[in-house]
Amino acid sequence: MSTGSATEISIPPVYRAFLRDAFEAFLAERDEPDWLIDRRRRAFDCFEQSLTQPLEPEEWKRLDLRLFHTLRFTPPVRDRSGLVTQVDTMLATRTEFGASVSHTDGTAGPSGTRELPAGVVFCPLTEAVRVHEDIVREHLMTRAVLPDTDRFSAWHAAFWNGGVLLYVPRGVVLDRPLHSVLGSSAADAADFAHTLVVLDEGASATLLEETASLNAEGSALHVGAVELLVGRGAHLRYVQIQNWNERTWHFAHQAGRVEQDGFLQWTVGGLGARFAHIHQTVSLDGRGAGAEVNGVSFATGRRTLSYYTQQTHCAASTRSDLLYKSVLRDRSRVVWRGMIRVEPEAQQTDGYQRCDALLLSPESRMDAIPGLEIEADDVRCTHGATVGRVDDEQLFYCMTRGLTQHEAMHLIVSGFFQSVFDRIPVTEVREAFDDAVVQKLGLGD
Amino acid sequence: MSSTLRIENLHVAVDGKEILKGVDLTIRQGEVHALMGPNGSGKSTLAYALVGHPKYEVTEGRILLDGEDLTSLDPCERARRGLFLAFQYPVTIPGVRVADFLRHAVSNIRNPDRKEGEELIPMREFRKELRHWMQELGMDPSFATRYLNDGFSGGEKKRMEILQLAMLHPKFAILDETDSGLDSDAVRVVSEGLRKLAGPDMGVLIITHHERLLEMNPPQFVHVMLAGRIVETGDAALAHELHEKGYEPVRQRHPDIAAEETAEQAATAGAE
Repeated sequence: MSTGSATEISIPPVYRAFLRDAFEAFLAERDEPDWLIDRRRRAFDCFEQSLTQPLEPEEWKRLDLRLFHTLRFTPPVRDRSGLVTQVDTMLATRTEFGASVSHTDGTAGPSGTRELPAGVVFCPLTEAVRVHEDIVREHLMTRAVLPDTDRFSAWHAAFWNGGVLLYVPRGVVLDRPLHSVLGSSAADAADFAHTLVVLDEGASATLLEETASLNAEGSALHVGAVELLVGRGAHLRYVQIQNWNERTWHFAHQAGRVEQDGFLQWTVGGLGARFAHIHQTVSLDGRGAGAEVNGVSFATGRRTLSYYTQQTHCAASTRSDLLYKSVLRDRSRVVWRGMIRVEPEAQQTDGYQRCDALLLSPESRMDAIPGLEIEADDVRCTHGATVGRVDDEQLFYCMTRGLTQHEAMHLIVSGFFQSVFDRIPVTEVREAFDDAVVQKLGLGD
Repeated sequence: MSSTLRIENLHVAVDGKEILKGVDLTIRQGEVHALMGPNGSGKSTLAYALVGHPKYEVTEGRILLDGEDLTSLDPCERARRGLFLAFQYPVTIPGVRVADFLRHAVSNIRNPDRKEGEELIPMREFRKELRHWMQELGMDPSFATRYLNDGFSGGEKKRMEILQLAMLHPKFAILDETDSGLDSDAVRVVSEGLRKLAGPDMGVLIITHHERLLEMNPPQFVHVMLAGRIVETGDAALAHELHEKGYEPVRQRHPDIAAEETAEQAATAGAE
């Protein structure tokens, strides 16, 4: 293993704007408590060190970052006030939210906050650092996403800006979904948004989050993180729809932890970006904890969407159920590497993972690699993966019933997604996905 | 005015191999025709060619619906003009509910100028009609919410084809071996269904090996196909004869074409 110092020669251009001087300048602009600055410094040391280390081969060997390494992005700046504009998003106008927070290039915009029940916090994370310091200090990158995991987690932990905190105290149930928009506008800007959700015992909430590019052309970088902490008997529904423009590079560590009898229902949507890699972990920490993980991807053009998922069963009688569905057209590529890990103490575990893909063009490519690591002896774990194509006979059959070819294709693709749509409890999200399907099928026609 | 489907000197090739070698057939609305013939004689090829399967290439001849040549139209356009095929092997479309599929189909067939995304037939009206026909065909209402043909038995799939025939009410219906692979109860249900549907405003072409479907839907015309041509046309008596004696007498009456059939079979066997 190489332990050499981070020299200019060995570091690809994309990281050069994020080295020591830039980091100090970034810190100097921020008015943050000492504990946070200390954490950022430690994370930066990790990041610097990581640049000389290779990435984990199992996670990255199917992906090509050569093009990424040549790009140049600028570190986040403290305030881009004036840049914040209304972002046109997939969900914003579909329903009434309990509250809404939006960011553009890491700067919080106007928030449409209604009256939330006492003790509930839903605000920009930078504001939470000031107003709800204890919550942030206790939970931010201490349990779910750890800064020293790899280059991208460390990079994020050092430079994070923007994103939201949702905290729901014990026993509080939020009926209306909450909404967060992460927007990107400046060309070559880097966004480091962080989503932190903490549900205390018996709490219940739904958070819908989406990403959007205000500028269809500009290239952008997102190095994000999502942390979902679900307390005892709590119930969280979290949806994130990634819909950046096709020149955005998206890297994210996303981790959920579920305590005893808690339940996490997590939906990941992948529609945009040039390249997106999500390192997603869900950990069942307490007896009776459960998680349902849904993935909906529609890849077009030359984009690559990659998911590296892990379901970790750390306690007995836990349940995890992952279903990823991807449709690919043009020259797009989707990679899914899934793992169910069962610790020795996690008896009577029920783990399931399945990844299905539907290829609409001969040039598209899907890699689906399921995996199991089981150290307990009384468990039920199953996995499966399928890759299929739209069958000409299906199209013909539909057409003999008066459907146009395009309409038939839409019906077949919607049918393919149906089993995962059935698992998404929020109607507006299903509708948004279906509209996206129509739009993506129409591309290039 | 009554419509006419006229097939003129139709030649059809699949993967460059000629299967139909000049078929002539005229069907008027209100008529029931039976098309019989041994395996490989081209019956299903005719069915697929009529509704426009892209692999079935018309190399010569025409398909005229009230004088309009359909051969350059795609299957969707032919369906909207009133052609329907009940498939021998209907496909499965996972995730697409029977009711959703049929609502799209019905909306397009009844409003042939409809564009994708335009209004569908009103839900209330559609549901009422769907329930009515499902009851008529002895289908459980739960079928409406099942995925199209997904996990259906052979009989259920055939019944689904007849349900679509009922809802789409075409000018001309082609039934490709709708009675094959069914037990006698299922054949009865399908036959009765067809009898209820076929009337003065529907022309029917029944492709079958058997006589069962014809008992309840007696054809005015029976055609026999051999080696890609219609070699004989008669009335119901011809169907009885074929049922009792098989195709040997037909072959004996048309020795040249029977020889062609034998040569083709030998060539196919040799290629395998």
